[in-house]
Amino acid sequence: MKSLGSIRRSFAPWADPAAKPYILFENVTKKFGDFVAVDDLSLSLFEREFFALLGASGCGKSTLLRMLAGFEEPTSGRILLDGQDLRGIPPYRRPVNMMFQSYALFPHMTVEQNIAFGLKQDGMPKPEIAERVGAMLKLVKLEPFAKRKPHQLSGGQRQRVALARSLAKRPKVLLLDEPLGALDKKLREETQFELMDLQQELGLTFVVVTHDQEEAMTMADRIAIMDKGKVKQVATPAEIYEAPNSRFVADFVGSVNLFEGQVSKASNGAMQIASGDLVLKARNGADADTGNTVWFAIRPEKIRVTPQKPEGGDANAMEGEIYDIAYLGDMTIYNVRLDDGRIIKASTMNSARVNENILSWHDRAWISFNSDAGVVLTA
Amino acid sequence: MTGTWSRFNIVSIVLGFAFLYLPIVLLVVYSFNESKLVTVWAGFSTRWYGELMRNQGILDAAWVTARVAFISASVATVLGTLAALALTRYTRFRGRVLFTGMVFAPLVMPEVITGLSLLLLFVAVGLDRGFLTVTLAHITFSMCFVAVVVQSRLLTFDRSLEEAAMDLGATPVKTFFQVTLPVILPAIISGWMLAFTLSLDDLVVASFTSGPGATTLPMKIYSQVRLGVTPEINAVCTILIGIVAVGVIAASIINKRREVQRLRDEQAALQEG
Repeated sequence: MKSLGSIRRSFAPWADPAAKPYILFENVTKKFGDFVAVDDLSLSLFEREFFALLGASGCGKSTLLRMLAGFEEPTSGRILLDGQDLRGIPPYRRPVNMMFQSYALFPHMTVEQNIAFGLKQDGMPKPEIAERVGAMLKLVKLEPFAKRKPHQLSGGQRQRVALARSLAKRPKVLLLDEPLGALDKKLREETQFELMDLQQELGLTFVVVTHDQEEAMTMADRIAIMDKGKVKQVATPAEIYEAPNSRFVADFVGSVNLFEGQVSKASNGAMQIASGDLVLKARNGADADTGNTVWFAIRPEKIRVTPQKPEGGDANAMEGEIYDIAYLGDMTIYNVRLDDGRIIKASTMNSARVNENILSWHDRAWISFNSDAGVVLTA
Repeated sequence: MTGTWSRFNIVSIVLGFAFLYLPIVLLVVYSFNESKLVTVWAGFSTRWYGELMRNQGILDAAWVTARVAFISASVATVLGTLAALALTRYTRFRGRVLFTGMVFAPLVMPEVITGLSLLLLFVAVGLDRGFLTVTLAHITFSMCFVAVVVQSRLLTFDRSLEEAAMDLGATPVKTFFQVTLPVILPAIISGWMLAFTLSLDDLVVASFTSGPGATTLPMKIYSQVRLGVTPEINAVCTILIGIVAVGVIAASIINKRREVQRLRDEQAALQEG
């Protein structure tokens, strides 16, 4: 398989066996009564990494973050930060800071006082505090709002105050709990890029918890997909998307078509899968012996929809009928019902303003994809 | 609802307000009566207010009441706040339900029973009845009112504020004094005011637990009334009503203003957005 690297090409400490993890979760379990929030989880994070914990609510991602911040202690296992065991260290002595989902701005303090709060706790001299607060205000472009109270700010401004406050102490690690969850879509997109720039500029380690896959894909160097207290896969956004290791991950990130079938032929990394009446040719993904049940996962945008049977040897091609069409402007999504009843989702970028051969409801159509366009999954 | 005043509405309102305020209005009016006889109007006069200022007994009682109310409200506020904190924070300790019930039971306990039981306690431990015992008694019963007021505020308190403070390096003690306390302060102040008022107009518990030299104003008024209502008593009551009315009106105006200001700020922030 060709390598699916990170976007910051030179930055991949996880691929370097000599690199020392900066944050290490070792067999961490956290139980609340009988409920297992985090289940025997091990994870390594590296310095200067932008790491995202992605999962549905209740998957344990927030608990993991709260254990790092010191609000919860693991039931068993260890958490190491820069080689130091964090057990028993209260939140106010940990070199990490957190940006809360609710922002948790102190309502009785001005923007300035909010940002200065952490610095005051450290007993920093007043002139230095003023200087640092000024720098933070400039960083998040809130200088004109220094004297305002939180309720006099808009949602986006509050988010920036929370960010400035959590960055003011220059923590080794910044924890962000759903940092953009309360913003509207447009503002969220802008802020994603700002956060990335900030992280690059300050050279900090960011750990962000989110349930929004787009947010995780955009910002993170690596993503950990979590489910029921366990990590399903840790990889770069591209790997997560193009080489998921399980149906769960494939289905959780983006949309996917899954063909269940048995391996009918396997040789040299190429595989034939008998799925119903179809025989699929596949070349990527997990190895499996003949006769084993596997799933062939393919993303909608990797599937072509054509009125006629396409030419070409390598491609998988199958016939069906257009069942549903969703025109989204930038792309069109086709739901194609194969002759055996299965519905396959395919999407096409509308790169031309006018489409020559328009497909419409109930038209006969062919869908096709190359043997290396999808991945074989065994779990 | 059409928003117009139907005859029925007008009548209901007039009757309702009359029912509530007619006695008080009568009392206020008659406090300005020239005549010594309470029920016979003989012209306007502030004479009884003058008399009042020379009545050492009433002045002493007022002073006792003020001190008892101030001290008991202050102590009850501290204790009630602590109880409220314990009840909202440590939701899992054994016997929490029992403890909650016991904190709130005095709210519905007949005052006679509260007073009697306190009296028995003071006698049992050999505490002489007087200023101290009446203050202790008032602390006991007003504490639970403070606890209720503060607890209802704490239930809507965003715990992540405290977590944020600790995350930024504040120890739990500093977190409490720099973040929790300032945020819940309005509720604590209203708790204090409630406790103060309760102490101010308590007659039953005070009668049981007070002793010589610690007669409170309600006790004084009550004992004087038994000898016949004098215009002087009307004057005292009018002054009390005046104080309470000014307090209540001031508090609601301040609240209203703050709310309006807050709304305006929020709208302004939204528009700048």
